[in-house]
Amino acid sequence: MEPLGRRHFIRTTATLAGATWLTPIGQWLARAADGEAPGALAPKATDASAAQSVIVLWMQGGPSQLESFDPHEGFKIAGGTTKIQTSVKGIYLASGLEQLAEEMGSVSLIRSMMSKEGDHERGTYNIKTGFRPDPTVIHPSLGAVACHELAIGRAEIPRHVSILSSQWPARGGYLGDKWDAFLMDDPAGPVPDTKSYLPQDREKRRLEGLNFVEQSFAKGRSKRVEETLHRETIRGALKMMTSEQLKAFDVSLEPQSVRDLYGDTAFGRGCLAARRLVEAGVRCVEVNLGGWDTHANNHQFCAANLKILDPAFSGLLRDLRQRKLLDKTLVICMGEFGRTPSINPTGGRDHWPSGFSIALAGGGIQGGRVIGETDPEGKDEPKKQVKVADLHSTVFEALGIDHKKVNQTPIGRTVKFSEGDPVRALLDA
Amino acid sequence: MFLRNLLFLTMVTGGILTLGVNLIPPRHGLPPTPGEPESYKTDRFQDTVDRVDASFQKSWSVENIQTALPAEELTIARRLSLGLMGTIPSLEEIRQFETQPSGERVNWWIDHILQDRRYADYLAERMARAFVGTEDGPFIFFRRRKFVAWLSEQITKGVPYDQVVREVIATEGLWTEKPATNFITVTIQNDKENQPDPVRLAGRVTRAFLGVRLDCAQCHDHPFAPWKQADFEGFSAFFGQTHVGFRGVYDGPGEYIIDDRKKEVKRTVLPKVAFAKELLPAEGTLREQMSIWVTHKENPYFARAAVNRMWALLCGQPLVAPVDNLETEAPIAPALKILADDFTSHDFDLSRLVRIIASTQTYRKQSLSLLDSSGLAEKAWAQFPLSRLRPEQVAGSVLQASSVATVNADSHLVTRLVRYGAQNDFIKRYGDSGDDEFDSRGGTIPQRLVMLNGKLVRERSGGGPFTASTRIQWLASEDPMAVELVFLAVLTRRPTLEEAVYFEEKLQAPEQSRGQEIQDLFWTLVNTTEFSWNH
Repeated sequence: MEPLGRRHFIRTTATLAGATWLTPIGQWLARAADGEAPGALAPKATDASAAQSVIVLWMQGGPSQLESFDPHEGFKIAGGTTKIQTSVKGIYLASGLEQLAEEMGSVSLIRSMMSKEGDHERGTYNIKTGFRPDPTVIHPSLGAVACHELAIGRAEIPRHVSILSSQWPARGGYLGDKWDAFLMDDPAGPVPDTKSYLPQDREKRRLEGLNFVEQSFAKGRSKRVEETLHRETIRGALKMMTSEQLKAFDVSLEPQSVRDLYGDTAFGRGCLAARRLVEAGVRCVEVNLGGWDTHANNHQFCAANLKILDPAFSGLLRDLRQRKLLDKTLVICMGEFGRTPSINPTGGRDHWPSGFSIALAGGGIQGGRVIGETDPEGKDEPKKQVKVADLHSTVFEALGIDHKKVNQTPIGRTVKFSEGDPVRALLDA
Repeated sequence: MFLRNLLFLTMVTGGILTLGVNLIPPRHGLPPTPGEPESYKTDRFQDTVDRVDASFQKSWSVENIQTALPAEELTIARRLSLGLMGTIPSLEEIRQFETQPSGERVNWWIDHILQDRRYADYLAERMARAFVGTEDGPFIFFRRRKFVAWLSEQITKGVPYDQVVREVIATEGLWTEKPATNFITVTIQNDKENQPDPVRLAGRVTRAFLGVRLDCAQCHDHPFAPWKQADFEGFSAFFGQTHVGFRGVYDGPGEYIIDDRKKEVKRTVLPKVAFAKELLPAEGTLREQMSIWVTHKENPYFARAAVNRMWALLCGQPLVAPVDNLETEAPIAPALKILADDFTSHDFDLSRLVRIIASTQTYRKQSLSLLDSSGLAEKAWAQFPLSRLRPEQVAGSVLQASSVATVNADSHLVTRLVRYGAQNDFIKRYGDSGDDEFDSRGGTIPQRLVMLNGKLVRERSGGGPFTASTRIQWLASEDPMAVELVFLAVLTRRPTLEEAVYFEEKLQAPEQSRGQEIQDLFWTLVNTTEFSWNH
């Protein structure tokens, strides 16, 4: 897909938005110009081997590690769940992940994730940002940090996208609302409302008038009006509307064979859209799969979810590899916590933040490794525990982002991107 | 034959008349609602207003904060209708507003709103979000619309807020016949023999009615609140005898038994309140006891939570954020206590509370300041805050702006169908921010896309026979008048001199017809920051 030329974009925006709009857009254009420089596609970080994009497969509700990445077949806590051999000797997954098992050479697991948050909202915040909720500051999610730190590249569409977003989509936090994810539904068709219904000259006249009226409202409110992001989002919307990259959202443009790879589900289409978006230069895509809050009938619900997850996750890895994008794209599959080893009277598993699993694959991550181990009796603490902050530091390192970089929050507090230590065993060859 | 001709002629004449009335509404349609000036002179009304203002004034002078000037009357009118009815004033209402004597207009407008069905409906919907959430809830057992309609009826009848809350917590019966019981049935768990969930109920009660997040103590002891995990369990136990059966919600015998997940045993929990135990009555069902404790005049949280929510509805931001958490480390504005005390000592009268907040100078300040650009003034309420309108406020405003007459409960059925239908589709696209209603987030690209290119704005700003663009084009033969009417209809203000000159020139430009120019102006104003943000 050939993106429109940079000059064309500047010209279009300038004409559409009216010349005086260029002042607030200055920063944006400056960043865009930065992306024009030779080697612009590489991240700002010097590490050329670093990943450039991240895809988060978000399992809302808290997926059971025992029915996915950490089976304990034959033990009481398994409740009958069986395991399957993967393409890497000695690593087993739970039955239902047969296709992913073949990709194990590219995938690594952390089976000893430890958090202190057992509530959905707090847990989601914790895993997405690497910090526990704090009444005085809102931390950015890892995708927002990636967008903030990595070069703009050639994206004319929002660089942070959340597909089928859940109740708590990734957001910019103290970096600013403009780093919030662009939210979208099932990408089965084109993005709605992106076609102007007016002849170009009439739209131009309207936008000129708009610019004129905006001036009177901004008097005495300039800073606040800027913070509303109203005008910035209009610019973003207009830029999207005229961009060829808009097609990246529309998976109906893919051949049937590729769509089949991901499975015929909204989540599968979301993963396919994620690949198309990453190809177009989007930095972070979050694809949401809900239905993991299995307080009752855990095994049945997990099996149904795995049928969706398995083809989509493995299809994504295969497709990225075929297109030589896997080395530059980090894929993470995680939820807000895991589920209890014990099974409750309604056949469910409850929230379990101490010793759950996540999977990482692709850019910057060594495949075929397992970090940590949980007790098959479900009694002892996991071995080689990984804290949530450690996971974030690992991801940032894989993306070539300095995780210790200190930032100022709006109220003047200093916060690092992550307070953890990278898990070297996942990064080093 | 003669009769048939007569019938035909009558029908044609009737049709033309109907069309005429619809296209060109009478200039002075409805007589203005009578105001209630006495309400502002009642017991210590002005005293409370003054004390609220003085408390803010004190903090501004201590912190040396520049305060904004008083806002225009029309600006305040717009704020009030957005906050209390979820829409903007119609051209028709603006005309009525301006026939009132200057200085008395805003009070008259508050009275007008408080008597309007749209106020009760809108407030009921916003309350329902806090009481039962936004989801549809369990099929069969939950009737959200009945619950909202019931709340609306209580507001219309002027039932004191504490009584409403007691009924919400403690009513027995079928969710179809006793709509208040939907508060209980929304938590029904299909996998637990269709019984309500005491834990969720307790969480709702504390958040919605007391403004404390006791449910955080469900999993861990709260870092700075005075209650512990055991307190939350004890509070949940008040719903331990609440069951749902053939005859609806009832309170039966039995004890509240929970699974202790750590010790893997079952244990019985007795009902217990975390503080002010002396306010708990000995009589009644457990739910009745709890409802009396929650709404007790000496339970300080109850009135404060209600005041914080009403303040947030009116101003777009709560006094203490988030709106359901009064237990913060941050300093709390003294106004919260002053208003809560007045609310308590006047029988939890919501109308009085609305009138008092809306009468303060603090509420009536401009949302701009030529002296302060630091943003401190806005945070300290020395300047009215800008806040993003909710999707239904934007949709309601687009529909109202595009119609000269008031779109309300008395409007023609077709108009209202158009309104509800268009609203729902629009709200989905515009994106609902969910349960946390008062976060101060920025706008999003999908919102701008739906306003720039979406069906609602396209149709409502187009040249159809029932849109304001068309009517204004016909009604206002002079260009200055036409520009002024579009500004009033969409932004509830007159154009500045520069704006008037700019758009009058456009209307005379040869590029396109006058009608198209008016449509363009309408579209332009609907897409401004000013339209989408309460100010």
